Amino acid sequence: MSILQVRDLTLRFGGLEVINRLSLEVHQGGIVSLIGPNGAGKTSVFNCLTGFYRANAGDIAFNGESIVKLKPHRITRMGMARTFQNLRLFKNMTVLENVMSGMHCRTRVGALGAILRNPAQRAEELEIRRVAEECLDFVGILDHRDRLSKNLPYGDQRRVEWARALATRPHLLLLDEPAAGLNFDEKERLMALIRRIREELQITIFLIEHDMGLVMRISEKVIVIDYGKKIAEGDCDTVQGDPKVIEAYLGREEE
Amino acid sequence: MAAGSSPASPAVKKSAIAALEDRLFRFFDHRRHRHGAYALLVLCALAVPFVGDNYVLEILTNSFFYIILCLGLNIVVGFAGLLDLGYAAFFAVGAYTTGILTSHHGWNFWLTIPAAVVFSILAGVIIGGPTLRLRSDYLAIVTLGFGEITRIVARNLKDVTGGASGLIGINRPSIFGLELYQIHHYYYAFFALVVLALFVSYRLQHSRLGRAWQYVREDEDAAEAMGIDRVAIKLYAYIIGAVFAGVAGCFFAAKMTAISPETFQFMQSATILMAVVLGGMGKIPGMIVGALALILFPEVFREIGSMRMLVFGVVLILMMIFRPQGMWPERRN
Repeated sequence: MSILQVRDLTLRFGGLEVINRLSLEVHQGGIVSLIGPNGAGKTSVFNCLTGFYRANAGDIAFNGESIVKLKPHRITRMGMARTFQNLRLFKNMTVLENVMSGMHCRTRVGALGAILRNPAQRAEELEIRRVAEECLDFVGILDHRDRLSKNLPYGDQRRVEWARALATRPHLLLLDEPAAGLNFDEKERLMALIRRIREELQITIFLIEHDMGLVMRISEKVIVIDYGKKIAEGDCDTVQGDPKVIEAYLGREEE
Repeated sequence: MAAGSSPASPAVKKSAIAALEDRLFRFFDHRRHRHGAYALLVLCALAVPFVGDNYVLEILTNSFFYIILCLGLNIVVGFAGLLDLGYAAFFAVGAYTTGILTSHHGWNFWLTIPAAVVFSILAGVIIGGPTLRLRSDYLAIVTLGFGEITRIVARNLKDVTGGASGLIGINRPSIFGLELYQIHHYYYAFFALVVLALFVSYRLQHSRLGRAWQYVREDEDAAEAMGIDRVAIKLYAYIIGAVFAGVAGCFFAAKMTAISPETFQFMQSATILMAVVLGGMGKIPGMIVGALALILFPEVFREIGSMRMLVFGVVLILMMIFRPQGMWPERRN
């Protein structure tokens, strides 16, 4: 059963075809990687999935519902969360406040509740705080909760982003190059964390990554794209041996 | 060595100010200290009519009025980060609602307030709905246009608004049989409004909605990715800001008993925005400081006559260079 189904997705910027009739599936409960050389269109795929880009053609079904025309906040509300390739934290806010943003779409008290501070509002605030702290604890930076996020070391800032995405209580989590800029130990911990997100929280993982070692160790399925087209798909061994993939990454041998 | 010490001295001086600010913040972190300070301020404010003359009361009432407008604009500019150059339009909506309903239709003043709230919300939706999809500079230009449109409509809709000569004979409100006509009546009325506006601002800032404004202000795309509808959240800020100005406008009309379109010129919007920036965008106590500075400065320096606007301009430029975050200090983590 697939949680995400993309059919003939096409995205053009003017005359440039960034994504060309791309079809792919992410199965429920899986860890799936999207790889490809620089400029292959990976992040563009993510931006289409999350509603930041409007696809020119094709369809995206999430949990069986078409999301191709929805705005990003609606898609997040439906249960798809993402992290960004370059950190996009709310820099001047505390770590806890950053993570609390994820709960916004799961809560509903408005201006009147805020002014009156009625029991419903207070209960909701406690719930937001509780979930945010739970997510921070899950990624292991609960101690930093009251620090400004811009003052954290880079590796911890990444973890704030993951906690923030988890706080939206997603079914599917899109990670855009989660290992970028991390050192060896941090990468090991990232892999353990990704597995824990899947096992303990039952969240499906779809990630873009350049670190092939990490991809091959963690993924159950790998999708390779180049020039916006899918060139290979399958388990790690199949993809690694595929001549098209080798060509895309290393180029063709001179005859 | 000696040369090295001279460039260091401004840094030392600056850190001395910063240290003092930090100490003050820590002092007021204690609930008892903070509440004591509030009580003292309120008592002082309540006592002024017993000691001050009408001139002082007039100036302070005017300051209170600007504090309310600044708090309202602060929600739009400070909390949500939307540059609004036409804020006077909302204040005009409130003032005209009260003016028209009391002088033409004989409404009781107090009944015009809910009507003004409704019209402010409508104005917020009409102006905000189409414009809040725009970002930063474009939004500023469009709000500037809408501000002018409102004023020109008020000037040309002669049968309703009295045209360029405006409305006169706006009824004085009364409360528990006491007609509000003396300056100290309005002093207390506006003071009560300031307290209410402060309370509402504070509660909103520390709420889910207040945080959402800050998320959108910090990074619109990340906020959107977190499931926050940025257009709806901005519209919320716009509407609440409009209601602040609308209600302030009701009381303004009642106090003046006459309003004309010239009250709501672009300079009015610019003045309020200036006070917000001067006090420190997004900081609630900063709005009090900013509004007071803006109103009191020309009064205190009345003797230097026409020079005072020049001096004021120089002070503003110096502020921009040396304290761009506004007069109210930033809390350091």
